[in-house]
Amino acid sequence: MTGENALSAQPDIAAGRLSQAEYARNFDDIKPPLTPQQAPIDASRCYFCYDAPCIEACPTGIDIPSFIRKIATDNVRGAAMDILGANIFGGACARVCPVEELCEEACVRTAQEGKPVNIGLLQRYATDRFFERGEQPFERAAPTGKRIAVVGGGPAGMSCAHGLARLGHEVTVYEARPKAGGLNEYGIAAYKVIDDFAQRELDFILSVGGITLELNKALGADISLAGLRRDYDAVFLATGQADVKALEVEGQALKGVRPAIDYIAELRQAGDLAALPVGRRVVVIGGGNTAIDIAVQTKRLGAEDVTICYRRGPEEMGATWHEQEVAQTGGVRIKHWVRPVRLHGANGHVNSIELEYTRLDDSGRLDGAGDTTTLPADSVFTAIGQIPIADPVADGAGEPLEMSGGRIVVNDDLETSLSGVFAGGDCIDGLDLTVQAVEDGKVAARSIHRYLTR
Amino acid sequence: MADLRTDFAGIESPNPFWLASAPPTDKYYNVERAFRAGWGGVVWKTVGEPIVNVTSRYGAVEHNGSRMAGFTNIELISDRPIEVNLREVKQIKREWPDRALVVSLMVPCDEESWKAILADVEDTGADGIELNFGCPHGMSERGMGSAVGQVPDYVEMVTAWCKKHTRMPVIVKLTPNITDIRYPARAARKGNADAVSLINTLASVIGVDLDTMAPLPLVNGKGTHGGYCGPAVKPVALRMVGDLARDPECRGMGISGIGGISTWRDAAEFLSIGADNVQVCTAAMHRGFKIVEDMIDGLSNWMDEKGYRTLSDFQGAAVRNYVEWGELDMNYEIVARIDQDLCIGCGLCHVTCEDTSHQSIAALRVDGERRYEVIDEECVGCNLCMYVCPVDGCIAMEPVDNGKPYTVWADDPRNPANRPQAAE
Repeated sequence: MTGENALSAQPDIAAGRLSQAEYARNFDDIKPPLTPQQAPIDASRCYFCYDAPCIEACPTGIDIPSFIRKIATDNVRGAAMDILGANIFGGACARVCPVEELCEEACVRTAQEGKPVNIGLLQRYATDRFFERGEQPFERAAPTGKRIAVVGGGPAGMSCAHGLARLGHEVTVYEARPKAGGLNEYGIAAYKVIDDFAQRELDFILSVGGITLELNKALGADISLAGLRRDYDAVFLATGQADVKALEVEGQALKGVRPAIDYIAELRQAGDLAALPVGRRVVVIGGGNTAIDIAVQTKRLGAEDVTICYRRGPEEMGATWHEQEVAQTGGVRIKHWVRPVRLHGANGHVNSIELEYTRLDDSGRLDGAGDTTTLPADSVFTAIGQIPIADPVADGAGEPLEMSGGRIVVNDDLETSLSGVFAGGDCIDGLDLTVQAVEDGKVAARSIHRYLTR
Repeated sequence: MADLRTDFAGIESPNPFWLASAPPTDKYYNVERAFRAGWGGVVWKTVGEPIVNVTSRYGAVEHNGSRMAGFTNIELISDRPIEVNLREVKQIKREWPDRALVVSLMVPCDEESWKAILADVEDTGADGIELNFGCPHGMSERGMGSAVGQVPDYVEMVTAWCKKHTRMPVIVKLTPNITDIRYPARAARKGNADAVSLINTLASVIGVDLDTMAPLPLVNGKGTHGGYCGPAVKPVALRMVGDLARDPECRGMGISGIGGISTWRDAAEFLSIGADNVQVCTAAMHRGFKIVEDMIDGLSNWMDEKGYRTLSDFQGAAVRNYVEWGELDMNYEIVARIDQDLCIGCGLCHVTCEDTSHQSIAALRVDGERRYEVIDEECVGCNLCMYVCPVDGCIAMEPVDNGKPYTVWADDPRNPANRPQAAE
């Protein structure tokens, strides 16, 4: 078959490209957990630093040397409590945190020998072992009679809800999707959070009591901010970044061109991976961790050629070096210094993508080089960034919620321009990490408590 | 290549590495494997009236993932008939004439028992005997082992019987479970022992099983004290070997160093502080006999590097520097120096000095970066920071040239005894 024919042929998108055994292997834990034999040995590598740099590098400030020492002494419950006390999503964060840019980068062993203590895996060991016990370790304070609405059931919202519930408040969490969990449930690559861990963790969080989940309730559609402010003593907005940036090039409306997060969510919810169609030749536009996640997952679903196209070089990629390595060792090609200019198709379906080479001009700005190249593509995924839904709270109540650059503006206590309304997670300006969202929720719970009890 | 041959109490061996009297040396099969692996000598597991052992028999201390940092046993002497042991001794000595073969003995504390067994051992062609006065468990309750070794008069008496009834060199194995190792050693000297070997195991309880609430190792829900050995006991052994090496009353006796020797470096330390050869057990029980290859090779390479041609070139060289506290220089001063380029910022030097020593390392932030600095005026030169620092060479102790002479405590003006009497 010549290249021309290949382009004009029907798109090759098919399910069941692999055997069940291959699906199982490809979507198993990307980082296998530590065994009870390995954990104390890994733990013994921790120096128990004074003023430990790893703690400072953790947005939730987990006392890492302390929990690791407790693993070393086989005090696993104590270790888990150190973690969960600071970060109720300690189990998820152990799996999804970019530790290579946070605690493990700061680990003094990285400076010493380029090999940090396996903090992420040790955190997972402690929390996994603790969850096996099925214990609910937190107690709620005496009821305060105060009711708080949390909008968004992701890490920020649930972290806040848990913090408030512990303080004795009654919390209702409104979640637009059919399941709570946010990105942990819908957005994280499947091999990072295998089986039903995200829901089990959620069940653990809910089991403290005092939290009511209202699913399929979207702000702006089913509920309004004005209504919540009227019906509750305080509101916490944790709506995340539910919208995606549009790829503004010719042919963007062709079939087979989709936002990566939609497909990732579909994959995470798929009961049978063999039933999930995947293109033979996949092109991903973007340079962040989402681009990596979609690329690696489509490759693992059996795509033959997967190419990430990024407009700048490897250093500028939003994806961590570790994520880039995962992609490249997983057979994904990363093509740097190209940007999409046109999508071509036949019968309304994409069949190739035309890319222009890029370079930096004399003033260091990105510029098209003029010449182009074309890659065949059965599907094209865009992973060029997510944005909060534009003004999610424009409900005609008169009082405007102050926004900046599409994000809700908050002060240090995470209070918005509206009295009694707080916000955190990806809908405010910040790191856009699960662990930061959890910290926002934690901080917001304290702020709301102060607000309600002042 | 350095010459590792030794002559210990008149017994020659191709290298100073012997296997101590213990399970690795309890029959022909093991000893033959040991000699093939390269061990210079073997002290055969203690022969005597056969005993019956219990199960289990061993316990171990694991430290930071390192297995068998300390080891214990509750085994007794050989559980095989005397004749079987001696027949195998005779066979192996005939097949490996260049290796040292010493038979460890333990019989009841009467002259006739010793006299009888000595004749039988002599008949095997063995190079010598080692008197097991050390075993701290099981046998001691029967009036043997350390029960003898703890009473200097008995040590002298039994040693003298053996010297009287055999022409073989007599090595007396000492128990460390005493107050001052010199007393039993001097008693051995008085009994005309050719050499001592030390240390035997330390009486110990290696751990408690918190589920069954019994000491380890468990024997059907109960435990008993055992004999502790392995890397953890090396410092105890070095001290006792050194004490004998510098004791004028022990002069003339050979010393076989035992206790936690796992590497050529351990062996070099024992030889330097006064041992004439070394005996190994736990390290072999941990990794097998092959470890002797590196012991031989490593010692030889180190000697070549240092320009030592024979063991006697450095044997005992550290003894003259092993002194009593009162002979140390009161005017010597060192202070800690932190190499900021090597520092990884763990802060252990600071927190340990701050919490447990002399508050002489400051924790600073310079442009947001952690920086730890020694406060010279406060530093007493204790070495703690250097040892807690996980980076080799990052913290060094630097001598301070204070121009003061070597002064011992007896002459030190700070010694209250040296203060001038106030005029009345």
